[in-house]
Amino acid sequence: MVKPLWIARDPSACSGCRRCELACSMHHEGWMWPEASRIRVFMPFPGLEVPHLCSQCQDYPCVEACPVEALSTDPDYGAVIVDREKCTSCGACIRACPGTVPYLHPGDDKATICDLCGGEPECVEVCTEAGYNALTIVNEGPSVHRKLYSRNPVDTARDLAVNMFGEKGEEVIE
Amino acid sequence: MTPGGYAGKWLDVDLSKEEIEEFSFPDETLEQYFGGRGVATKILWDRVGRRWSDLDALAPENPLIFATGPMTCYYPGARICVSGKSPVSNGVVGSTAATEFAVDIRTAGYDGVVFTGKAEKPVYLLVTDEGAELVDASHLWGLNGEKTLIKLNKEVRETLKKRKPDVGLWKEPGTMYIGPAGENMVRHAAVMAKICHAAGYGGYGSVMGSKNLKAVVAKGRGRLPAVNAPESVYLLWRKAHRDCMTNTTFRRWGTGHLGYGCGADTSSEPVRNWQEEWHDEKTMGVPHYMDRYWVKVKWSDFNCTTNCMKVSCIKAGRWKGDITDVPDYELQAYCGTNLGIFDPGDNIHISTLMDKLGHSGINCPNTMGYAAELYQRGILTENDIGFKLEWGDTEAFDRLAHMMAYREGIGDVLAEGTYRAALKIAHMKGLKPDELLKYAVHVKGIEIGAHGTRSDKDYTQDMCYAASVQGGDHTSTVTDGYSDMSGAVFQDSAVFCMFTASPSQELIFDFAKAVTGFPITVDSWRRVNGPRIVTLQKALLLMGGPDVTWEPVKDDDNPPRFYEPLPTGPYKGMVTDRERVDIRTQAYFETLGWDERGIPKKETLDRLGLSDVDPLMEKFRQ
Amino acid sequence: MTPGGYAGKWLDVDLSKDKIREVEYGDKVLEQYLGGRGLAAKVLWDKVGDKYPELDPLDPKSPLMVYTGPMTGIYPGSRICVSGKSPVSMGTVGSTAATEFANEIKEAGYDGVTFTGKADRPVYLLVTDDGAELMDAGHLWGLDGEKTLIKLNKEVTAELTKRKPNVGLWKDPGMVYIGPAGENMVRNAAVMAKICHACGYGGYGALMGSKNLKAVVAKGRGPLPKVDAPEAAKLLWRRTHQILIGRTAMRRQGTGYAGYSVGAVTSSEPIRNWQEEWHDEKSYGGPMFEHRYWVKKKWADFNCTTNCMKISCIKTGKWKGDITDMPDYELQAYCGTNFGIYDPEANIHLSALADQLGHSGINGPNTAGFAVELHQRDILKDSDFGFKPKWGDPDTFDRIMRMMANREKIGDVLAEGTYRAALKIAEMKGLKPDELLKYAVHVKGIEIGAHGTRSDADYTHDISYAANVQGGDHTSTSVDGYNDMSGAVFTDSAVFCNFTYYGVPQSLVFDFAKAITGFDINLHKWRSETGPRIVTLQRALLMLGGPDLKWTPVKDDDNPPRFYEPLPSGPYKGKTTDRKLVDEKLKAYNETLGWDERGIPTKETLKKLDLGFLEKSVSKLR
Repeated sequence: MVKPLWIARDPSACSGCRRCELACSMHHEGWMWPEASRIRVFMPFPGLEVPHLCSQCQDYPCVEACPVEALSTDPDYGAVIVDREKCTSCGACIRACPGTVPYLHPGDDKATICDLCGGEPECVEVCTEAGYNALTIVNEGPSVHRKLYSRNPVDTARDLAVNMFGEKGEEVIE
Repeated sequence: MTPGGYAGKWLDVDLSKEEIEEFSFPDETLEQYFGGRGVATKILWDRVGRRWSDLDALAPENPLIFATGPMTCYYPGARICVSGKSPVSNGVVGSTAATEFAVDIRTAGYDGVVFTGKAEKPVYLLVTDEGAELVDASHLWGLNGEKTLIKLNKEVRETLKKRKPDVGLWKEPGTMYIGPAGENMVRHAAVMAKICHAAGYGGYGSVMGSKNLKAVVAKGRGRLPAVNAPESVYLLWRKAHRDCMTNTTFRRWGTGHLGYGCGADTSSEPVRNWQEEWHDEKTMGVPHYMDRYWVKVKWSDFNCTTNCMKVSCIKAGRWKGDITDVPDYELQAYCGTNLGIFDPGDNIHISTLMDKLGHSGINCPNTMGYAAELYQRGILTENDIGFKLEWGDTEAFDRLAHMMAYREGIGDVLAEGTYRAALKIAHMKGLKPDELLKYAVHVKGIEIGAHGTRSDKDYTQDMCYAASVQGGDHTSTVTDGYSDMSGAVFQDSAVFCMFTASPSQELIFDFAKAVTGFPITVDSWRRVNGPRIVTLQKALLLMGGPDVTWEPVKDDDNPPRFYEPLPTGPYKGMVTDRERVDIRTQAYFETLGWDERGIPKKETLDRLGLSDVDPLMEKFRQ
Repeated sequence: MTPGGYAGKWLDVDLSKDKIREVEYGDKVLEQYLGGRGLAAKVLWDKVGDKYPELDPLDPKSPLMVYTGPMTGIYPGSRICVSGKSPVSMGTVGSTAATEFANEIKEAGYDGVTFTGKADRPVYLLVTDDGAELMDAGHLWGLDGEKTLIKLNKEVTAELTKRKPNVGLWKDPGMVYIGPAGENMVRNAAVMAKICHACGYGGYGALMGSKNLKAVVAKGRGPLPKVDAPEAAKLLWRRTHQILIGRTAMRRQGTGYAGYSVGAVTSSEPIRNWQEEWHDEKSYGGPMFEHRYWVKKKWADFNCTTNCMKISCIKTGKWKGDITDMPDYELQAYCGTNFGIYDPEANIHLSALADQLGHSGINGPNTAGFAVELHQRDILKDSDFGFKPKWGDPDTFDRIMRMMANREKIGDVLAEGTYRAALKIAEMKGLKPDELLKYAVHVKGIEIGAHGTRSDADYTHDISYAANVQGGDHTSTSVDGYNDMSGAVFTDSAVFCNFTYYGVPQSLVFDFAKAITGFDINLHKWRSETGPRIVTLQRALLMLGGPDLKWTPVKDDDNPPRFYEPLPSGPYKGKTTDRKLVDEKLKAYNETLGWDERGIPTKETLKKLDLGFLEKSVSKLR
């Protein structure tokens, strides 16, 4: 049995370099394509960079929601796998996700979700290499309720703003 | 020659006479009781013994003990054990907290301190390489925890600098102290350290208060005591840390992810005084704490790499300036869900308030939740309290916590702890005690930690509190009377943290052997040392008194609430299995060599070298 | 087929006519000028030609270029280059800033935008995958930088969501914008990005203001442009980052520790308008910034691991809520020591203020410092300011910077930049221009960056500024006309950051350039042909100048008078810039570039560099 893995994320440590986006898109798309990266770094205000990617919720509401069974889970790592042939671009998975993580690919309009790179996520590798540790792999993921990490990145940024900027933080995102 | 890991000297402070002496233990005693909880229990037996039932825990004669253990500072996760006759259980609790005080007292040359008597005016003890002295603390009396720490940090450093100006900068001393709750002898008040660390169970904060002892402070410059096998200790130390560092969940989240998980998953989190144990409030999820409040995500105490602590700070809004740790799961539950509070900011505020007032963050909010339930049931009224005490009303609980700490109004009654408050309120209201005790969630006067037994999905099950000599203490629960002996009983006696116990038991006991040189094994702790300490604790707990004694069997049980079916959640309808409690309690007693009512048998006492306890057990036997 | 690295299309926006069209440039032009600074100079010439001297940079006809380069987004450290006829030097400056706008516009399918004309109301340009459009910016006009960004972030994201609601969450757009200083055409105003990033040199903020153009916003969803050798590019990308990650000092400190050391060690930091260049103010040490104010220690722009940025935030006191980067060394100097200020908090405040007003944090404060020296010398009076200005007083500079941005009182004069303000004040006060110009620290109207030449211990020497086609711009200094060509001239044209360039072997960078573009590009060719082509074009435009002023060859190819005063203090006391060396090196520089002894490109050189189109205009300068 392969150990399940989960990508823990710490937005306060994220530099905003978006190398995760570049590495992810090079892996999945063959070339640098930030908007087609399975991890997307939002920045509702400079300094508040929030990595946004699938949390592999225990109950997989996106998989549940798909009307054409285009989504399934990978038996080894628990990643959500999209069958791009079946996907009808209806957006049901996007709406079902508590953090609105999936998106329609800017190229083929198909639902796009992190597949954990088959166990060796590129985003974590480049983040770790650069010493940020904003993304780290943990094996005990399920116990910390991964689903709670599936949040709208702007909400996360609002919290982070107060943490970093104090009272001013309440004013920097409209 | 002293066994390894011991400074070899203890301080004996008579606060009434202002006399300080040093004493030592024979090697045999140390081998038998080790340190911390074990040695403290032994000291209590030696000094109080047959007079136990007559000794009021808040009387000057009650010894108050600060004890390190031989593994303190070497094994990862340094802590200190505070003990004495507990004013809540009337037995003995080994109540530990992480603090550099544990390090400094050892580097100053002492393994611990025993206080007796009562100072005429507020004092604190200052321990340095030159010995110990009592220092006036009148200017600190009445200050909250944070201010006490800030002032002591400054003034002790200045004192030391004045005495030795040429040795370079003085590092901060290690300090333990009480807040207003301890000063005013709120029965379950905590002994505090590092603004948010607490020796919470047992009520030793009120014992300090009863002695006019505001703080104990130490600054040592010596080396840590020599160990028996230094090379082995070094290698074991490195290995133990490597194991601690693999605990990535703890390092990243501490226990902060459980405030949601223990409710939503295992359904074992106190909600509104345990009326429920399930919630699905996503606002309590750890990202809400982490993103907005955590300002340091890896915070540790001396020699610790588990780093379960995270520093939280509220930077904006009405609770601006509040600083505490995660809060850890216990306080997320007790200062949050148990009061019907599901907002991280409010939860951090109540937790910080507990810290500052010197309340135990588990026990005090248990009592507050209890009061709120009595209010919900119309037993306590707005008139009794002075205001409405609705679930989730953070302002109201803030007021109530202050009233308890300063013993104002109903706070004076609640300051007696849940069990005694129940009895007093019953009396006040002309009700039968049982009518109120059915809402009191405690075992042996000790309010239960934030892990329920009804869903049977947490680590706490059936008789884990019911049979425990430390009652509701969730850090020292019982399982089978054998394997648990090498758990908390050992950690509290060797005195290190349970969260650094990631390595195998074999490694931990090899570590113990390498430090002390005692021929110590897991098995000897499970069969002899552990049972000796627990049996002596049990004897003293049985003797109890003077205001409260616990009945064998009847009181060796869970609170009534734990037998009400869970009203909500995935384990709705589940309840603690009474039959299983009985069976397992019996098995536990049997394993420990106690009779079916939990009274230690003569042959057991003889075998454990506790023959002199036997005459006192006679009256409990039927 | 377009060469690699280019989207292949540029936008041409006529603001007067509200017309937007797409243009393309031939392979040959791209190979000869690459992009950014190089291409902008060429496009400017193509649009204006021999009428250049008559063109007022702030006239609607004056083009404004916002260009990427072929390496932008792909090579680490993506930036945007803003250019056009500079309202300060009357030549061209390739003024770059880090912002996600640079990669967003490429992802939307465009390499850049050329603006001409003037909108009849405030507008911003929005570029998306579906093309470009002008949006009303009436509600944004007058807002400071931070508020502009906050509002644009929200409204553009909302607009895009409305247009395509089904694709999931829209990431924030990239943008450059101006603050009040730009709106009010403060001549040296910056084009801003990310609240504290600036295209500071050149005064292109004023150019945007003159066009009623508040911001340029882009959000693309396409990939970065295809490159010529993708596999090589991927490997080169990884390798370059590995080198950058190894530059630990830059990553840890950025330039934020230089505010102390450039003063104390190399004695080349502006103090009170360059009256001194040495200080030993320990209060200004890096740790004083880092420990109290840095809230993010590794902050990066798109595709950068150098992370020279650190975010500072003031959380208490009267400047509570100020957010900026470190400040970087330039602003530590110009918004600090140059004002006689050595308090990190005041420095952060004034830096944040410069950001929010949209001043260039180097140029605006240079002028403010100049004004206060004039007051010190009794040339300007209290009445000119409306208060008594004082060195070292944060309020003084807070007020002056606001007065400049809003063009109030003396601020209206100062808003013309140091050089022009000197001339105006001389006229106002009935003094000879030279009596004031001796305190004006600029070269060719561009106030000098915060690295002096007198101690000769910094990277800036003799002709660094004197020979530079971008005047006082410290990011693009002159050395010998050969080596320096492959420095800023290259990075500003390929458009990426200097700080992701220095430290990476040039051979690797040029291989990277080749892998991206497919051009026959190499280090030698860039130094001897492409770089000189761009710089020669820039030199021609600079010397053509006009309409309000023209630089005199040789006389104006010099350092400011102050740089020849002996240093009055510090370890290099008495040292001064060596005039003889300046003359010698200037000659050599001109010769290397094939310019005559007065620095005018010769006919042969123009021909050799395929700049024959300049001959008609340049011949008049000889």
